[in-house]
Amino acid sequence: MERNSHRQLANMKKSLFDQGYLDQEQFTQLEELQDEANPNFVEEVVTLYYRDSARLIQNIEQALAEKNPLDFTKLDNYMHQFKGSSCSIGAKKLKNECTQFREYCRTGNGEG
Amino acid sequence: MAAEESRFHVLAVDDSLIDRKVIERLLKTSSYQVTTVDSGSKALEFLGLHENDRIAHNETSVSPKIHQEVEVNLVITDYCMPGMSGYDLLKKIKESSSLKNMPVVIMSSENVPSRISRCLEEGAEEFFLKPVRLSDVNKLRPHLMRTKCCKNIQNQENQENKESPEIQLHTAAQSNNSNKRKAIDEGISPDRTRPRYSDLTLVSN
Repeated sequence: MERNSHRQLANMKKSLFDQGYLDQEQFTQLEELQDEANPNFVEEVVTLYYRDSARLIQNIEQALAEKNPLDFTKLDNYMHQFKGSSCSIGAKKLKNECTQFREYCRTGNGEG
Repeated sequence: MAAEESRFHVLAVDDSLIDRKVIERLLKTSSYQVTTVDSGSKALEFLGLHENDRIAHNETSVSPKIHQEVEVNLVITDYCMPGMSGYDLLKKIKESSSLKNMPVVIMSSENVPSRISRCLEEGAEEFFLKPVRLSDVNKLRPHLMRTKCCKNIQNQENQENKESPEIQLHTAAQSNNSNKRKAIDEGISPDRTRPRYSDLTLVSN
């Protein structure tokens, strides 16, 4: 039973790496920090990340709703935070999206 | 007093909870004692220095140790933080008479060369690009060793004799330099060999 779930997990991870969603190097680093004394490190960090991201996304949605005018500075700040934490987790694709978003902010591209 | 601490104590400053968690784990894995705070002002508080006090403790020349409630051997801080940035924190530390010998390391997710040189010129020991890796944390050791040695010898005899072992350590550390270290560091090394607490002359800014 356990072996199956391990294999499933390994497969899932591999596909995330292959599709560019997850940065193998960074995620592996996080896994290496986990040990007997801290068996749930990765889980804790990822949980924190989800919680943090949910909050950030909410803030971003709110900021986007205030359309006239769009507060690009605020959006940029949120994106900076989001990008930062995505980086630490190894959420590669998300980080790239953040970078793109920030570019739009910089150029004042509301449509983007 | 300092001899009791066989472990180095690092103060990590970052407004991001996730980054704090990761850096804490990285440091603990390397057997350092870690304290994390989420802002520059809290960091200064922890170091026993208040934002508006630069030369606050001249009266305490009798017992200089009470400058710091807790002994910290190195400060590692994020650059981008709301309020007081990592650069501001670095400046405050280097401007403080009691803390100017404290090694400070800056981290940033953004690779901006002008930012990096500014920090190094201000006295940062290293500049790490995020995400910080274990290999980066390993680079901290020589800086910590240097401070510790300085303090231990100082406790025994408060003289300039310690300069020779000190310089040996410093040159050893310099030979392990990463590319990010600027040559300008060599210019300010003499300051670091000066005994910490005998420098009671007012440095006005």
